[in-house]
Amino acid sequence: MAYSDKVLDHYQNPRNVGSLDKSDPNVGTGVVGAPECGDVMKLQIRVDDSGKIVDAKFKTYGCGSAIASSSLATEWLKGTSVDAAAQIKNTQIVEELSLPPVKIHCSVLAEDAIKAAIDDWKAKQQARTTSQEVKA
Amino acid sequence: MKTPIYLDYSATTPCDPRVVQRMLPFFTDTFGNAASRSHSFGWTAEAAVEEARSQVAQLLGAHEKEILWTSGSTEANNLAIKGVAQMYRPKGNHLITAITEHKAVLDPMKYLETQGFEVTWLPVDGQGNIDLAELEAAITDRTILVSLMAANNEVGTVHPLERIGALCKRKGTLFHTDATQAAGKIPLDVEAQHIDLLSLSAHKMYGPKGVGCLYVRRKNPRVRLTAQMDGGGHERGMRSGTLNVTGIVGMGEAARICREEMATEVPKLRAMRDRLEARISKALPDAVRNGNPDARLPHLANVSFPYVEGESLIMGIKDIAVSSGSACTSASLEPSYVLKGLGLGDELAHSSIRFSLGRFTTEQEVDFAADRVIAEVKRLREMSPLWEMVQEGVDLSKVKWTLH
Repeated sequence: MAYSDKVLDHYQNPRNVGSLDKSDPNVGTGVVGAPECGDVMKLQIRVDDSGKIVDAKFKTYGCGSAIASSSLATEWLKGTSVDAAAQIKNTQIVEELSLPPVKIHCSVLAEDAIKAAIDDWKAKQQARTTSQEVKA
Repeated sequence: MKTPIYLDYSATTPCDPRVVQRMLPFFTDTFGNAASRSHSFGWTAEAAVEEARSQVAQLLGAHEKEILWTSGSTEANNLAIKGVAQMYRPKGNHLITAITEHKAVLDPMKYLETQGFEVTWLPVDGQGNIDLAELEAAITDRTILVSLMAANNEVGTVHPLERIGALCKRKGTLFHTDATQAAGKIPLDVEAQHIDLLSLSAHKMYGPKGVGCLYVRRKNPRVRLTAQMDGGGHERGMRSGTLNVTGIVGMGEAARICREEMATEVPKLRAMRDRLEARISKALPDAVRNGNPDARLPHLANVSFPYVEGESLIMGIKDIAVSSGSACTSASLEPSYVLKGLGLGDELAHSSIRFSLGRFTTEQEVDFAADRVIAEVKRLREMSPLWEMVQEGVDLSKVKWTLH
């Protein structure tokens, strides 16, 4: 499979590999995919009080395109707002990495991982607000 | 040491330089058509073809008149399976094969199913072995052919040819074996192993691509085939088409070298393969070896690396040429049907690598390859959420994944 230079670069020098504390209320974690499908992505964001993503980390089990898609996603997430992050589309990833048609599912997975991480963070915020209301 | 290192000899082999030397004059000087009976160009070509036929026959313990030249194993398998099915249709319409056979056997069988034939697809156990009792039970008086490969191309498991052959003979059904991967690696003897038809390909045994042969037994019993190609009636009417004299000469020489050098070559291959496996296992104790650990090809190792994905691993070891059972290396997005046939979970099938060593492999290359694979598996594990979960004590089989 001939990969674009950008995919190869992300594969060889992945950005932001690692993990954030998933019990931290400011951290949102998304895990998507399944081992039997050949890819699992874990994407995490840390959000500050203003709704800005201050850190993003990933770990991916999958092909080179899956690793590159999630690595690129973390680059885009860092420094952006949660609302802007929610607008990221898989087609932007396809375009940036020049993914071949057979690898489009990797970009879809990355988009799903971003959404799952945001949803997790939102759910935590909701829970925190609710528990604060209860306390009050 | 030059890179990339070639460890994919089960896909194809380079030509042995001795084979090339033997072939060269047949491109230019002795270029005759082996079917030309009226002049010396034809006679020379025919003599070379017959010498090659004898060399291949000797590798199999066969008579030279029992060898039919083809374009390779795919054609030989098609001719054996469809040719027998059509010729023996009055006797029965049942054929038997196994789910781990090469596509060149599976697909002709599937075609026959559309033509009113019935096929029994034998399962295999976790090592790729068929159950002989199950084979015996499957044979009926309507069975005309059993086709089981000598050795599997992905995991290297060797079938007990002699016992299968004896069983088929006792039950009165023909036995075909695709010996493409086995030639020059394990002893083949069509008499001792009771083989009625056998397919070979030159390019898996240090000969050129585009040539192969089918052994067709001519007595006890005399096997007859319906030709699959109509034309000039070459090869006793069973395979028309001008002979690829140059390729055939190469295949003959390749067969001679395999026969004469197998006894010294095989132990060397086995020692290097074992060295590769031991080095990997020592550094990565949870690597899984696939196939039958005892009855298997000496030059092949199929290993799964849990928690990393095969294609990304192959990308990381670009300086080593190997094959993967991963979906991502094929157009189909399905992991290897052979590994799945052995009952491997998709995850292990996705992360499998086939290393196949050969005549020109060195210990230095094997060590380099093992070390590169180990380093890359470790790097990818650091990136793998599955590896992280396992380190945290998570049972991956209990996780609810989001299927996509």
